[in-house]
Amino acid sequence: MPEIDEITLLDAYRMMRTIRAFEERVHEEFATGEIPGFVHLYAGEEASATGVCTHLDARDTIASTHRGHGHCIAKGVDVKAMMAEIYGRGTGSCRGKGGSMHIADLTKGMLGANGIVGGGPPLICGTALAAKHEGAGGVGVAFFGDGASNQGTTLEALNLASVWHLPAVFVAENNGYAEATSSSWSVACDNIADRAAAFGMPGVIVDGFDFFAVHEAAGEAISRARQGGGPTLIEVKLTRYFGHFEGDQQTYRAGEVTHARENLDCLLRFRARVTERDLLTDKQLDAVDIEVDALIDAAVAEAESAPRPDPGDLATDVYVTY
Amino acid sequence: MARTISYREAINEALAQEMERDPRVIIMGEDNAGGAGSPGEDDAWGGVLGVTKGLYHRFPGRVLDTPISESAFIGAAIGAATRGMRPVAELMFIDFMGVCFDQIFNQAAKFRYMFGGRAITPVTVRTMYGAGLRAAAQHSQALYPIFTHIPGLKVVLPSSPYEAKGLMIQSIRDDDPVIFCEHKMLYDTVGEVPEESYAIPFGEANIVREGGDVTIVAFGRMVGTAEQAAGQLAGDGIECEVIDPRTTSPLDADTILESVESTGRLVVVDEATPRCNMATDVCALVAQEAFGALRAPVRMVTAPHTPVPFSDALEDLYIPDPQRVANAVKSVAGWKR
Repeated sequence: MPEIDEITLLDAYRMMRTIRAFEERVHEEFATGEIPGFVHLYAGEEASATGVCTHLDARDTIASTHRGHGHCIAKGVDVKAMMAEIYGRGTGSCRGKGGSMHIADLTKGMLGANGIVGGGPPLICGTALAAKHEGAGGVGVAFFGDGASNQGTTLEALNLASVWHLPAVFVAENNGYAEATSSSWSVACDNIADRAAAFGMPGVIVDGFDFFAVHEAAGEAISRARQGGGPTLIEVKLTRYFGHFEGDQQTYRAGEVTHARENLDCLLRFRARVTERDLLTDKQLDAVDIEVDALIDAAVAEAESAPRPDPGDLATDVYVTY
Repeated sequence: MARTISYREAINEALAQEMERDPRVIIMGEDNAGGAGSPGEDDAWGGVLGVTKGLYHRFPGRVLDTPISESAFIGAAIGAATRGMRPVAELMFIDFMGVCFDQIFNQAAKFRYMFGGRAITPVTVRTMYGAGLRAAAQHSQALYPIFTHIPGLKVVLPSSPYEAKGLMIQSIRDDDPVIFCEHKMLYDTVGEVPEESYAIPFGEANIVREGGDVTIVAFGRMVGTAEQAAGQLAGDGIECEVIDPRTTSPLDADTILESVESTGRLVVVDEATPRCNMATDVCALVAQEAFGALRAPVRMVTAPHTPVPFSDALEDLYIPDPQRVANAVKSVAGWKR
């Protein structure tokens, strides 16, 4: 396994810890009734977004899903603006017009969380095509779930990416459930990654609780894409800690969350590994914890007191010109 | 003598001139070159009806054949547009919108609004519509009202070679997603088209013929149908004002309303089926904004509420023709309370 420098490791921990704290806090605040609409939380899956996005830079674009907060944070979207957006405030990432399912920041190469399952992979073929034309080595990364792995749009995009030999990476986050339906039932083959063979691209299965495993697999795929080696399908196997959406009683599940929280938590595993190998100290990690918790506290406080969108904003931003 | 070229050539020329002007313009679609991976010619078709013929070799790497995967490549065009390209994607027949509509109406159309005004998606989707080619129910529809219904999309219906070139150039330069609807029965029609590049602004109707008795608003191929009717009616002493809105979104409501204020009579000719189409839209506009000016009921000349039939014996009845338009005009011109 390649060496990862201390700064990258600390950044990765901060990213994962920020996603976890953000999601745990949204979970708490949603229960108070302060947050409108639907939210789908990414807690438990942090190693996937982080392991992939640690390799990305300004040349690169990602597309996300309805469970998109983690991808947004990992691609550098402002956390306070995200929280304000989830609260429906005028100061939000999308000025209160998008909400949890549509947080985006194109200036950061974040092409949006997406309310349509399978909406992102075709779009990423396009950003990868644009990157290919730009010729600066940029890549497109589509995150999608096990549910979207059964959508025609995803399968069409995998084929097109291969036919056009695009610098694209498709990251299937298999958290075991499409809403309440088990992927062991809805995905007809054993692994989503097995489908890569049908599209003439490498398919890789990764332990999504292990940041280092995701980081290594994503690094290979992204590097291959940057060098003109075409697309890759990575299946990240993981678990979500919360329901499909907040309010989901999860009666279809059978205790695996407790098991995962106790034994498979990507943050605990990361901490154990880096401290055992003297890559980072507990003191360094604890300092990040404090810093992140303060950031999330501030994000919530600012969101709660931020102004709601102006009524005049209802009809703006539909077109550039009309 | 001004130069005359076909509607097909006018679109091709617009694409070529914009590709020449702007390296960000790329083209993609099924058989847009035609022949990718095949043993014969690599630009065999230039699109199924030859609209993009010749561009493949002229602009290397910028005319992309695609698999028959409309969701993937329409979505790719949209994604590329968000990254600064100016893609023109061909949805071969408008009827195929059913297999890729999500990318158009949930993605491209909504990015700017959902993202709080912080996105531009300058994609053009070229698509062929309309009856008359005996192509039956799944290759003949006039589905532009469905796109017109969606906030965030602009919808263009060129009625002549001149309009086709100028509106295509505007579509490519426009920063919003555009659905450019080409009528398949117009490809071989010819008309005067300047060789130099020009853009026709969206939302500016063209008054094709002036007249003070009855306003006819007609869309796409129906503009020619309305003109024929107006020509016949002039012989009967009825002067029609024929308005081609050119774009259904945005719609030039002012020009329509001004004309109705003067004539007091309105006939709308729309090849789409009659429920929730452009005819109902324009009639509602006039009823709401110019009720006091109306001196007769409004009339709509549309296709019937049926799928498009195959046999010419039926399809010819399906498409609004000059006689039906003339009858509608006469009924409002002679209307008495």
